[in-house]
Amino acid sequence: MMDILKLIVFLPLFGSLFAALFRKSQLVTTAGIGISAVLSWYVFLTFSENYHLSLFPLFSLSVLKVNWAISVDALSSLMLIVITTVSLVVHLYSIGYMEHDKGKSRFFSYLSLFTFCMIVLVVSDNFVQLFFGWEGVGLCSYLLIGFWFQKYSANNAAIKAFVVNRVGDFALLIGIFLIYYTFHSLKFTEVFDTADLLGAQNIRAFCCEFKIIHIICILLFIGCMGKSAQLGLHVWLPDAMEGPTPVSALIHAATMVTAGIFLIAKCSPLFELSNVARELIVIVGALTAFFAATVAITQNDIKKIIAYSTCSQLGYMFMACGLSAYNVAIFHLMTHAFFKALLFLGAGNVIHAMHHEQNIQKMGNCWKKIPCTYTLMWIGSLALSGIFPFAGFYSKDLIIEHAYSADSFAFVVSLIVAFFTAFYSWRLLLLVFHSQKQSKINIHEAPKIMLIPLLMLAFGSVFSGIWGANILNITSNAFWKSSLVVVGEHGAHNFFIKLLPTLASLSGIALAYLIYHYQKFKQIKSKFLLKFLQNKWYFDEVYDFVVIAPIRLISRLLWKFDVKAIDSFGPGGIVRLVNECSKSSIKLQTGYIFDYALIMFVTLIIGALYIIWN
Amino acid sequence: MAFFFYFFAILSILSAVCVISVRNPVHAVLFLIFTFVNSAVLFILLGAEFIAMMVLIVYIGAVAVLFLFVVMMLDIDYIRLRQGFAKHFTLGAILCVVFFLVISFVIRSSAPNISNVINYNTNNVKAIGNLLYTDYMYAFHLSGILLLVAIVGAIALTLQDKKKGVKKQNVLKQLTQSSSVKLVKAKFGKGVEWK
Amino acid sequence: MEIGLNHFLIVSAILFTIGVCGIFINRKSIINILLSIEILLLAININLVAFSAFMNDIVGQIFVMFVLTVAAAESGVGLAILVVYYRSRGNIDVEQANLMKE
Repeated sequence: MMDILKLIVFLPLFGSLFAALFRKSQLVTTAGIGISAVLSWYVFLTFSENYHLSLFPLFSLSVLKVNWAISVDALSSLMLIVITTVSLVVHLYSIGYMEHDKGKSRFFSYLSLFTFCMIVLVVSDNFVQLFFGWEGVGLCSYLLIGFWFQKYSANNAAIKAFVVNRVGDFALLIGIFLIYYTFHSLKFTEVFDTADLLGAQNIRAFCCEFKIIHIICILLFIGCMGKSAQLGLHVWLPDAMEGPTPVSALIHAATMVTAGIFLIAKCSPLFELSNVARELIVIVGALTAFFAATVAITQNDIKKIIAYSTCSQLGYMFMACGLSAYNVAIFHLMTHAFFKALLFLGAGNVIHAMHHEQNIQKMGNCWKKIPCTYTLMWIGSLALSGIFPFAGFYSKDLIIEHAYSADSFAFVVSLIVAFFTAFYSWRLLLLVFHSQKQSKINIHEAPKIMLIPLLMLAFGSVFSGIWGANILNITSNAFWKSSLVVVGEHGAHNFFIKLLPTLASLSGIALAYLIYHYQKFKQIKSKFLLKFLQNKWYFDEVYDFVVIAPIRLISRLLWKFDVKAIDSFGPGGIVRLVNECSKSSIKLQTGYIFDYALIMFVTLIIGALYIIWN
Repeated sequence: MAFFFYFFAILSILSAVCVISVRNPVHAVLFLIFTFVNSAVLFILLGAEFIAMMVLIVYIGAVAVLFLFVVMMLDIDYIRLRQGFAKHFTLGAILCVVFFLVISFVIRSSAPNISNVINYNTNNVKAIGNLLYTDYMYAFHLSGILLLVAIVGAIALTLQDKKKGVKKQNVLKQLTQSSSVKLVKAKFGKGVEWK
Repeated sequence: MEIGLNHFLIVSAILFTIGVCGIFINRKSIINILLSIEILLLAININLVAFSAFMNDIVGQIFVMFVLTVAAAESGVGLAILVVYYRSRGNIDVEQANLMKE
């Protein structure tokens, strides 16, 4: 079993290195991921007890010992199957999508490297290895977003993603420092065992006493905000669509953005002790979900709509975490991975069919020509909206039920967001496939290699909900086996409450049909509201004004200071000094013999004086 | 004796100053000759009359005349000579004063116990000859060779044998040329008509 | 006042200083340098003869003989060099004699 674990972890790394060195490496990397996926399913299905394998030390100081380890519990095994399955699908899809691209092997190398980093993140047994995986996926995200580096906008988007992530990572790092300061250890097991004991200490900061556990949890959550694109640090996610579509499917739908959820679920013992942090999570998650949904209903780029949809669903997952329903959040993570990746890759098919046109206002009337993609997009949208019996129904409804019993603000917001979700999903479908514009481009279906993997994801979208809720008993403690905290289930709810989310989604679908298909109502009248929503609530502009402009001013000042003051004293000064010295030394050599004789005479006098004085 | 000493010493110093400060180089050489004459008198005052005569013959008769030849042969730009002393004059003057002070300090602080009397009774020539041809014979011969080398060197430097345009005198040719020398029979009491 | 050794030595020192002055201060022609060298050598001669007279040692005057010889030889060769220099340069201006600059 230990060998299987090692294979799962290291096969993607070998695939990545192979792709980095050789040209024709797509099949090797895909095979590596495929074997890793099969082995992860095997580990998951035969999971009975936690595995722990210590590989070799990261650093072992007298006060801190940290190892590279592979530690698999129920949470990690579930994450493993999600990661490896979606990664395998994306690899297969990319063989077709990136066929005509010259940087194919670089792409596959980055994809496998990303998979490796994500796996290292989920199988870690201490905060340091988790942070390594965290940074690694951030790095791969940068590399993959800026994959087409000849495009200026892609480079900017990659840097934006990395920098915004960095802000979150900074808070995460301080959180890890505080964890060490409080618990004197960085291993998960040791921290969680003594959490309630040591976490209740107080710490003085800015002349106020705070409980240290609150500060730790808030800092960890800020790290997750950066990685999972929550409100405030979300600005990188729409721009990350500059990368190729498989990248969006893998990183920004299924895996990297879910690393934040994973961290909170893993540290659920810590979060259980801090109600302040949990309330913050609920508020931020709810606001994010609402914000992203309102922006998504006015976007015109097909990938940006799906990106904002991801942002919104992540808000749902964070809401669930904040309401102490960590297991439900992970369940929704799993189902979301399937249908969101399906939606992204389907969108990739549409873009491929429309010859790289991404504006939905320019597409139309093609559902007969690309029937397979059309069906798959329907399946994905149904799953996203939470229609029975698709996957989203089970996971989303569980979240909304938890919200009802815990917090009315979250409940109301989640219902509104469910309405908007259905609305924009069907807006996308209707505008892309059913609008009456006649397009003159030759539309053809995608090749088989790009359709077969989507069938796997469609299968997951349809059945993973039923499978998770009924077969795995994902809501009970028996499945999780203390890998995360499961708060007791609430009592049976009113049947009306159970029906409310489905009602919200159906009304959203109906409204979308009315507006876009039957042209009954006009679209949003108010120009101001349209502009406000379309420009993402002007977040980017506000950030530019408040944060970027002062930093740019300060950097320019410092650069000027550096050039003028330090350079002119340091290297420049030495150069000038040497020049001056040599210029003055040149004047000594006049060539006149009596000048030389004068110097000899002076030396003679000095010598005589010296001798006399001694 | 003191009067003579002071008179000729001051004269020699003044003429040395004039050597370096007059504009005309011919004047400078003449002042140099005057300096040599005055110092020869000083030598006689010291009882070294052979040295004095040597100075007169060698220095003035040979070296200074040589200087005059060269000065008059070379075309020294008289107009430029009017430019005065250089900008280093003050520095040079100060340095020289310092130098002189050092030397005078050395002279005063060393106290040799010597008799302050000059012996005028020895025959200077005899005394020099006694030592020069016996103990210092090698040095004497070497100085002769040195002079030979100097002669050869001077001639080697300045001889222009193969260069074109160097005018030389060929007396035989001069005399056998019939165009310039003609034999004419002169009438008695009448003379030759110039054509 | 009794003329002693120091007087002659002072005279010699003054002459030597004047000769040295003549080398630095002159900006006229190279002939002046050669004249100053002659004054230097004369000063040395006075010094040597003074010592020889007051210390009753004739060796000083023998040395003077050699100095005389060397001075004559040196001025002869120096003037020959000057002539050749004048032939190739066209003037004996001291300000233009700075080929040692390179």
